[in-house]
Amino acid sequence: MAKVVVVTSGKGGVGKTTTSAAFAAGLALRGHKTVVIDFDVGLRNLDLIMGCERRVVFDFINVINGDANLNQALIKDKRNDNLFIFPTSQTRDKDALKRDGVERVLEELKKTFDYIICDSPAGIEHGAITALYFADSAIIVTNPEVSSVRDSDRIIGILSSRSRRAERNEPPVDIHLLLTRYDADRVAKGEMLAIDDVKEILSIPILGVIPESESVLRASNTGTPVVFDTESPAGRAYTDAVARFLGEQREMRFVTPERRGFFRLLFGRA
Amino acid sequence: MVTNLVQGALFTVMVVRAGMLRDPSFEHELARQIERSPRFFRNAPVVLDLKGQGEFARAEEFAAARQLLRQYTLSLVGVQNGSPAQIDAASAAELASFAPTAAQPSRAPPEAAAPAAQPARLVTQPVRSGTQIYARGTDLIVTAAVSPGAELIADGNIHVYGALRGRALAGASGDVGARIFCSRLEAELVSIAGRYLVSDQLPAEERGFPVQIALVDDRLTITRN
Repeated sequence: MAKVVVVTSGKGGVGKTTTSAAFAAGLALRGHKTVVIDFDVGLRNLDLIMGCERRVVFDFINVINGDANLNQALIKDKRNDNLFIFPTSQTRDKDALKRDGVERVLEELKKTFDYIICDSPAGIEHGAITALYFADSAIIVTNPEVSSVRDSDRIIGILSSRSRRAERNEPPVDIHLLLTRYDADRVAKGEMLAIDDVKEILSIPILGVIPESESVLRASNTGTPVVFDTESPAGRAYTDAVARFLGEQREMRFVTPERRGFFRLLFGRA
Repeated sequence: MVTNLVQGALFTVMVVRAGMLRDPSFEHELARQIERSPRFFRNAPVVLDLKGQGEFARAEEFAAARQLLRQYTLSLVGVQNGSPAQIDAASAAELASFAPTAAQPSRAPPEAAAPAAQPARLVTQPVRSGTQIYARGTDLIVTAAVSPGAELIADGNIHVYGALRGRALAGASGDVGARIFCSRLEAELVSIAGRYLVSDQLPAEERGFPVQIALVDDRLTITRN
């Protein structure tokens, strides 16, 4: 049974699109047919992060309006046969997201895909609400920082009350916390919120902790989901998170300050 | 079984004190009243109250009274509080005898029945930022944390068996006896019946502790539980 997963946060710039790309690629690498949809109409980024910006012909809004069909809009990823990207319009805005059109598209996608990742825009308005409305699962991307935590709390509240599952009194959306841009050294110094602090405030299970990593910037610049970079701590942390999402046990890595060897001290962190 | 030929019914009837008929300003006043609501007064039945009016004793007087009131579209139908002689005279003028009624002072509208006690409103899930809960006419009990940016409002008391990090407004409809209880005071704002304190104004030594907040002499006081 296909699962709709929304990647949301409330706060902007915390790593939703990076996470959507990494998660979708990670699930595809595990053999699941996955599509990742960009809901950020007018400010589309998913195509850039996925490296397919030069192959966009038709988009999500075209399909919702019936100007094109799914097959014309879906872009197959060159690195993995299981991975597909559904870009959105750059020229329109979020008013173009009609709920019944979105529902129709999702129902059609459910016929052929195992996982449908919805990359939500920031905020709590129409775009974000539409992205979370049909979700079965949610990944709340949060930075260990006070404003991000506050906004995540808000979006969790909205998910619990305004999703379709909530409106229909069905089993609630499965909500997970993903802590991104975590810097264990700064946490140890008391400059940054620790995992337990965030957990105490948000009271939702932690899916994973992604360390702050320069590889993320490299990944977006090259249009390669960071999970393909097997050397990078962020990439490895995403792989762990995907495994946990699929029900496996993984120990939390990259959450303690690195013990610096002499050479590391000399040459800085990797 | 023979059904009753005559059935009982209740009517509201205007009562005019007999003495008023002799008052020169009475007709003027009556005319003014009728002008204001003519339909109300048209053919309205009137009973003449004879209490303390011994001089009304002859049938002709009752007939004259009836004529007078007829001029103002009123229908004199009977008398009350008359002596037996007066009742006889009234009867001769074809007026009925009504049982004496106590004067009804204008009554204040019946007090609304005290609202039936409502069970307290119970919330067991964390109250997230941006959520507003209003427990109308009752207490509010929360058995989880209340996030910053969340608002709890109750006409009664507020109990938070968890960290209170948002706002709590008890006695929202004016009940100065309402109280706020929490396991961990980290509130952004607390209020009872409109008097409030913001986070900065809360005593620093109570932050993070289980407390009770009440209104004493119109001031919010915080005591350790």
